[in-house]
Amino acid sequence: MSLKNKLHDLKMKYKGTKMAPAFNALHTFLYMPNDVTHSGTHVKAADDLKRTMNTVILALVPCLIFGIFNAGYQHYAAIDQTLRLDPLGNFFTWENLTLGAWTVLPLVIVSYVVGLGVEFVFATIKGHEVEEGYLVTGMLVPLIIPIDTPIWMLVIAVIFGVILGKEVFGGTGMNILNPALTIRAFLFFAYPTWMSGDKVWVHGAVERDALISAGSNLDAISGETILGTYAQNQEPIYSVMDMFYGFIPGSVGETSTILILLGGLFLLYTKVASWRIMLSAILGALTMGLLFNGVVDAGWIKEGSNFFGLMSVPFWEHLIIGGLAFGIVYMATDPVTGSQTNKGKWYYGFFIGFISVMIRVFNPAYPEGVFLAILLMNVFAPTIDHYVIQGNIKKRMKRIKIKTA
Amino acid sequence: MALLSKKDRALILDPLADNNPITIQVLGICSALAITAQLKASIVMALSVLFVLAVGNVVISLIRNIIPSKIRIIVQLIVVAALVIIVDQVLKAYAYELSKQLSVFIGLIITNCIIMGRFEAFALANGPWKSFLDGIGNALGYSVILIIVGFFRELLGSGTLLGIQVLGDPITKTGLYAIGYENNGFMLLSPMALIVIGIIIWVQRSRNSKLIEEN
Repeated sequence: MSLKNKLHDLKMKYKGTKMAPAFNALHTFLYMPNDVTHSGTHVKAADDLKRTMNTVILALVPCLIFGIFNAGYQHYAAIDQTLRLDPLGNFFTWENLTLGAWTVLPLVIVSYVVGLGVEFVFATIKGHEVEEGYLVTGMLVPLIIPIDTPIWMLVIAVIFGVILGKEVFGGTGMNILNPALTIRAFLFFAYPTWMSGDKVWVHGAVERDALISAGSNLDAISGETILGTYAQNQEPIYSVMDMFYGFIPGSVGETSTILILLGGLFLLYTKVASWRIMLSAILGALTMGLLFNGVVDAGWIKEGSNFFGLMSVPFWEHLIIGGLAFGIVYMATDPVTGSQTNKGKWYYGFFIGFISVMIRVFNPAYPEGVFLAILLMNVFAPTIDHYVIQGNIKKRMKRIKIKTA
Repeated sequence: MALLSKKDRALILDPLADNNPITIQVLGICSALAITAQLKASIVMALSVLFVLAVGNVVISLIRNIIPSKIRIIVQLIVVAALVIIVDQVLKAYAYELSKQLSVFIGLIITNCIIMGRFEAFALANGPWKSFLDGIGNALGYSVILIIVGFFRELLGSGTLLGIQVLGDPITKTGLYAIGYENNGFMLLSPMALIVIGIIIWVQRSRNSKLIEEN
């Protein structure tokens, strides 16, 4: 008997009981259901929610694999700076892979096990089907947190984010805020020392610091992100190509702009993500960047001022440092929490880019603002849609009046 | 409980759960968000409101027949303001550190919606004894929520209860901190107080489905 039939039998056996949604989810996640509709005409389409989710996950896999290598690379490069002279040659090595897998995969597994656990519990309590919403969230979460985030913090944050970011609103499709970003925001506000600074982005830096303060004779590992370096009015040691390819410290999966770009193109090709949001968000970020560059060029801000470093970042460089590209491609385009109207998407995206760069420059505690900007615009998305729709209604009413007059 | 009749008992017990001023009527939220980061401050705040509401209710009830209804809000405000000043002065005299910590929030008891709400809704229409019981009941209902929220926020946010380190010392790494536990800084911020109150409301309504409004 095949696995498919076994799952089908299990499903039948538990039909009508409390555990039914769990078995149903397992079955339909892996296979087409055995039952076929017999009466009436039905439109058959392959792009149901599960396929949509799987497409996004496929687009995320390159970022995950790169993130695994990068975790190892950053660790060894921090100990031996000469590795940075030839990033490409020292990147895809066996040591990087093993160390990266050892540190990144637990985050992925914990994120999925805990998140899906919460989903199954809620589905059982409420007696509805298990929803697929967590599939993408579970993959996004490990990619947007620092590599050394303690596992128990991740567990608490995932439980918090899934319950209060999604389940209280009614589950997948009903949430106002992006659950992955809710989890990130919870971690950021609850445990700020693990989410920012120059120690958390490189594996082992925190532990090594503790050993040094305990008296060990070791070199400290410092892994300041590029944004962090700029925030201290210093020039980063990484070249633009390093930033574009992603050989830089940062959250696990957000560093490689080129892979995010490829993933974004894949999402656009499969029509899963909205090109309007992506394009307008990029425009928004460039606009804000240009404004800041203009302020610097006009000499309105003195060198040595707190914001000078970040303000003088070339406007296009904002796109390839930090999590902006990742946020725009994978999270701003979330169809549930974003704007629904085509016109609304332009405003929604534009302000995400605009506000991201603004927070980046003006937030002294934490030189990154993408997740805050997206959460803020998530809240405003329904308002934007409301005004777009009202505007359309008014326009049509006017047209009727002119015709009938 | 022969001391109180069944009706009187309801006056005290109802606001504790099924007619709670915070979780059901959603009044007095601001102070519940602002000062609950520590259990001690929550308790002092609860006691202050208990005093102001119980005494205020009695005073308003006693003079309810001679207050001209056109200026009754002003009269009520004067009564609350007088009582709040008494509380403020007592705190400054006997618990100076705490009063500094609570700062303007003691003064802001005047604007606490629960107090004006009970004056308007109850004390103006009932006798002093009943008003007294109503004041005690509502203040206790307020206190219960404040203390629950303060308990969780202080325990998870600072790892202490009433200033005593119950989870170990975070600096010398004893107790829970020895195995890597850390305080949740989010708990100290007001948004988390709102979320905690939201969770309390959620739990309460899922236990008693009569409380869920139909729409």
